[in-house]
Amino acid sequence: MSNKVIHAIYNDDDVLMDAVKQTRAAHHHIEEVYTPFPVHGLDKAMGLAPTRIAIASFLYGLVGLSVAVSMMRFIMIVDWPQDIGGKPSFSFIDNMPAFVPIMFEMTVFFAAHLMVITFYMRSKLWPFKKAENPDVRTTDDHFLMEVGVHGNEDDLISFFKSTGAVEVKVIEKH
Amino acid sequence: MYTFSSKLKTFSIVLMVLGIIGIGIGFMSVPNKEEVKEMIENAHDDHHGKATAHAHTTHHEATPSSSHDTHKTEVKHETNEHDAHIEHVLHQQENKPWSAFYVACIFFMLLTVGVLAFYAIQQAAQAGWSPILFRVMEGITGYLLPGSIIFFIVLLLSGFHMNHLFVWMDESVVAKDHLLQGKSGYLNVPFFLIRAAIFLAGWNIYRYVSRKNSLAQDEANDITNYKKNFKWAAGFLVFFIVSESIMSWDWIMSVDPHWYSTLFGWYVFASFFVSGITTIALITLYLKSKGLLEYVNTSHIHDLAKFMFGISIFWTYLWFSQFMLIWYSDIPEEVTYFVFRIENYKLPFFGMLVMNFVFPLLILINTDFKRLSWIVVMAGIVILCGHYIDFYNMIMPATVGDQWYIGWSELGSIAFFLGLFIFVVFTTLTKASLVAKGNPLMEESKHFHY
Repeated sequence: MSNKVIHAIYNDDDVLMDAVKQTRAAHHHIEEVYTPFPVHGLDKAMGLAPTRIAIASFLYGLVGLSVAVSMMRFIMIVDWPQDIGGKPSFSFIDNMPAFVPIMFEMTVFFAAHLMVITFYMRSKLWPFKKAENPDVRTTDDHFLMEVGVHGNEDDLISFFKSTGAVEVKVIEKH
Repeated sequence: MYTFSSKLKTFSIVLMVLGIIGIGIGFMSVPNKEEVKEMIENAHDDHHGKATAHAHTTHHEATPSSSHDTHKTEVKHETNEHDAHIEHVLHQQENKPWSAFYVACIFFMLLTVGVLAFYAIQQAAQAGWSPILFRVMEGITGYLLPGSIIFFIVLLLSGFHMNHLFVWMDESVVAKDHLLQGKSGYLNVPFFLIRAAIFLAGWNIYRYVSRKNSLAQDEANDITNYKKNFKWAAGFLVFFIVSESIMSWDWIMSVDPHWYSTLFGWYVFASFFVSGITTIALITLYLKSKGLLEYVNTSHIHDLAKFMFGISIFWTYLWFSQFMLIWYSDIPEEVTYFVFRIENYKLPFFGMLVMNFVFPLLILINTDFKRLSWIVVMAGIVILCGHYIDFYNMIMPATVGDQWYIGWSELGSIAFFLGLFIFVVFTTLTKASLVAKGNPLMEESKHFHY
């Protein structure tokens, strides 16, 4: 009883958006929504918290900048301050313009790659990962809303029928 | 319809009057030869020879190497060299109020041109978000005509030798200078003025036609005026990018006629383009705060702030590309430009980098901040001040050398042009409805949401 879920399937994103709003208004907990493409505004309708990946990326960028600065300061200024073509290797700031291209690229490199890896980890994506797709049609042209069954099952089914679902199934989830 | 609030009108007139007083004091307080002599002798007592050595690196006459020789002999106080030095400092002092006026004049005029270019880009790109702001942009470009008239008069006065802003205009200097002789096919007064007239006329014609079509579109039943504006915008942008590039060589780079840089045109463009966008944002926020722009929402402000952010970074990219390429190769004829600025203009030169890059980078990177009026206004004011200093750094080192300071002339000129700018812009805004209702993209723009 406790791990039963309802799969309400829709074939239009506008209908889905309305259904999500109605479901939220009726205080049914939406477990998950599967869509073949990003539906604009769906996260807001579902009440999902905004992503913090941009903040993470900014911090990764700062890490990249620090790595670049400390690396070049050590190599070019501290460890072996050679005279290379008359460039002033006396202090970091003297020779800084020459380091900026690398500082910039390292900042972008760290910000971009670490953000992507963060995204993979947070959304649990990796090669050979088993696809979590409840219905193959959701990758093509159908939208699926998964709602946990608490209380009267028949009432829930008729509720989702009324929201314009083309198909409502009750699934035993393992 | 917008009515020019009497408070703002009084404010702009007060600014203009104070500005004229400041400019007047600037011109009155130019020291004469005796005072300059005294000034130099005092400076010699303080730190012997150090300040004069810098002054000589921009010596307008002859080649850099010979001016160093002048300095060495001058330390021995040979009378004729000493006189030449006094003459040089005197010219710099005489240039000061002129340069201050010129910097403020070109800054406000080019800022308007930046808005015009932005307007043309929005038209040509058929942007869906911005038509609600077109009347604000048209209001700002109302300053283009008076601004360019004053600017052209300043160029005419320079051409008639009323000042020494453009050293290549002085025939006695050119006679002794091989480099300037080689450039005289391009850098000569009649051709210079003709070019200036063509560019200013071209920009003003586009401004006039696009405004006329935009107003006509409000009353029209079809979109022929809109289509005309589209074609004019596309044509203008082609003319603009060519004229802008040449304009930057003529009006800014030629104050340093021994120096040249290939990406200078782009650099100047980025500077006034970001200033123009910032001005659009500030005036939009002002009108919005008065409840006059009903359909402008935080998404429009967010878009403008994104442009401010992006173009600030773009400006920095060009600034750094220009600086780093010259710093890295260290070719004497190119690098003097930056050596002189770093030695004598350290605070404005690096200060503007903080104001134009670091500050907007850290403030405007946040999506939520870009929707907050006070953040955008604060960032906008810093960006505008920063780009004024950018223009200051481009003109002043060549015309007044190490004799610079921000005094009556500079503040007066800024106040005068700011007052005039506010007066003209807000007068233009009263002339038409603040919503360009005939624009076919207006409905989309009203409901723009990001």
